[in-house]
Amino acid sequence: MNYSSTKRKIFIVFNTIFLAAIAISCLLPLVNLLAISFSSRAAVNANLVTIWPKHFTLGSYEYILSNQQFYSSLFISIQRVAVGWVVNLALTVLIAYPLSKEKHMFHARGFYVWFFLITMCFNGGLIPTYLVVDKLHLVNNFWALILPDAVNMFYVLLMLNFFRGIPKAIEEAALVDGASWIVTLVKIYLPLSLPSLATVSLFIIVNQWNAWFDGMLYMNLPDKYPLMTWLQTMVLNFDIRKISPQQLMENPNLLEVTGRAARSAMIMLCTVPVLISYPFLQRYFVSGIVMGSVKE
Amino acid sequence: MNTIEPARKKWLKKEIPFHLMVLPAVIITVLFRYIPFVGISLAFEDYNPLKGLFQQDWIGFANFKFLFSIPDFTGVLWNTVFIAVFKMIGNIVVPVLFALLLNEVRLMTYKRTLQTLFYLPHFLSWVALAGVLVDILSPSTGIVNTIIKSFGLHPVFFIGNPSVFPWTLIISDVWKEFGWGSIVYLAAITGIDPTYYEAATIDGAGRFRQIFSITIPSMAPIIMLMMVLGIGNIMQAGFDQIFNLYSPQVYSTGDIIDTYVYRIGIVNQQFGLATAVGLFKSVISFILIATGYKVADKVAGYRVF
Repeated sequence: MNYSSTKRKIFIVFNTIFLAAIAISCLLPLVNLLAISFSSRAAVNANLVTIWPKHFTLGSYEYILSNQQFYSSLFISIQRVAVGWVVNLALTVLIAYPLSKEKHMFHARGFYVWFFLITMCFNGGLIPTYLVVDKLHLVNNFWALILPDAVNMFYVLLMLNFFRGIPKAIEEAALVDGASWIVTLVKIYLPLSLPSLATVSLFIIVNQWNAWFDGMLYMNLPDKYPLMTWLQTMVLNFDIRKISPQQLMENPNLLEVTGRAARSAMIMLCTVPVLISYPFLQRYFVSGIVMGSVKE
Repeated sequence: MNTIEPARKKWLKKEIPFHLMVLPAVIITVLFRYIPFVGISLAFEDYNPLKGLFQQDWIGFANFKFLFSIPDFTGVLWNTVFIAVFKMIGNIVVPVLFALLLNEVRLMTYKRTLQTLFYLPHFLSWVALAGVLVDILSPSTGIVNTIIKSFGLHPVFFIGNPSVFPWTLIISDVWKEFGWGSIVYLAAITGIDPTYYEAATIDGAGRFRQIFSITIPSMAPIIMLMMVLGIGNIMQAGFDQIFNLYSPQVYSTGDIIDTYVYRIGIVNQQFGLATAVGLFKSVISFILIATGYKVADKVAGYRVF
């Protein structure tokens, strides 16, 4: 093995340092925002915060976390992530599998590809979509957060390409043994596609968690808002002059909150689910699953 | 005739499972995408918020003529394409490069830490990031310019100078997205059969040779897919980012279609004009994707979809 040649060693040293430097550059803005979210109003407005909080205060977080609404919205968001993940992933796989077949296996595939592709480029606009959702009685309904964007062509195309990478011989063997298409999908393609399923899952979960505009559009009442929608309205509407004296008495830290700090706290909350789900999905990024199954 | 008919019936019957699989998605797509297409007619109407959706005045291509007759439109179009093309190149080359570099890291915990750090910027909104960028790139107090000045050079006006501004946009966008973008390529790399590498090592190929001859060609389908989709996005140069970073001094090179329409659309005919612009962008994007698909097919032999 060439792994210990001098050229290789130099490369590894440079690679390690270079990647570390870039990683630090990626980390710093987030550290800065984290510091801001823990800093006092005066310090933030004077732009004094760099990578460490100035006049440490939990005010911004208290403002968000002390509100009952936070927890009910959180619950709605968790629901939409779980349901959205299953629905989205299932639909993605169900489209990607037939479309990954050649024309002679599935004659109508060309038609379906363009059928879906057109929706990727052309958009009817916000108002007509809202009207459709309204006519379907989905306004103010949880499913308005799931169904309209349940089909995402980008994920389908990704999945399709990954499916095509699986050796045809395995599928042919299954078909010869009498397996139906659905059995081949479930018993052969899915187990071999774990990295791509993990990738698409990650994208779906993050998008469901971060989506806020559809919540604002389709829900009439704040108590039906998913977390991000509620945060947006909370933070956007934050005005220190609007806080009542009674609120201040209960929560003296409110004085320390500024829009910018509250926004930073919001961004921290955005990244949490990724930091949780990514390590969990990491173990599916495994190589060598197909190894040895096909003798060329 | 008789020999062909039964055969067709047979494979139609065999393919029914495929049609059934696609059916739920087709229903959802028809409901939430095709039916709303009616709204595209807004592009050809003189939108009056006081009238109902179906009682608008038809004005044909007037909105489009208005759009193209605006004196700055060619400049704005050029800016959009320029910024979008370089963003597209950057957003493919850099993630692929980092996927390859990350793949060379042997220590799993270090690799995973790096990955997590790399895609953190993706989650920052441009509203927040703009503030950070203005700080760092400030000609007087910013870190970057302090370093430049210590080399004896003049400070660079990254956000105020029209010649530099597009590059600031491009590089900051690539920095923000490369970590997230590399996930797809890393997934592609994990799918590569390890026996290829073993065979190559036995044949005496060094690591670099292996990367060029095995890793990159195996990633080619995904790279082509991202390129074709990227080309389809050429009209989207990034409203969020530019809106938060631009200023009148840099309109000449930084103004894109979306920011321009945002400013002038407030005057009158907002919905009709905005829909017309959206339609124009969609048509271009569709043509580009179809062309990209055909080119990839003829030139590289890959059918991207």
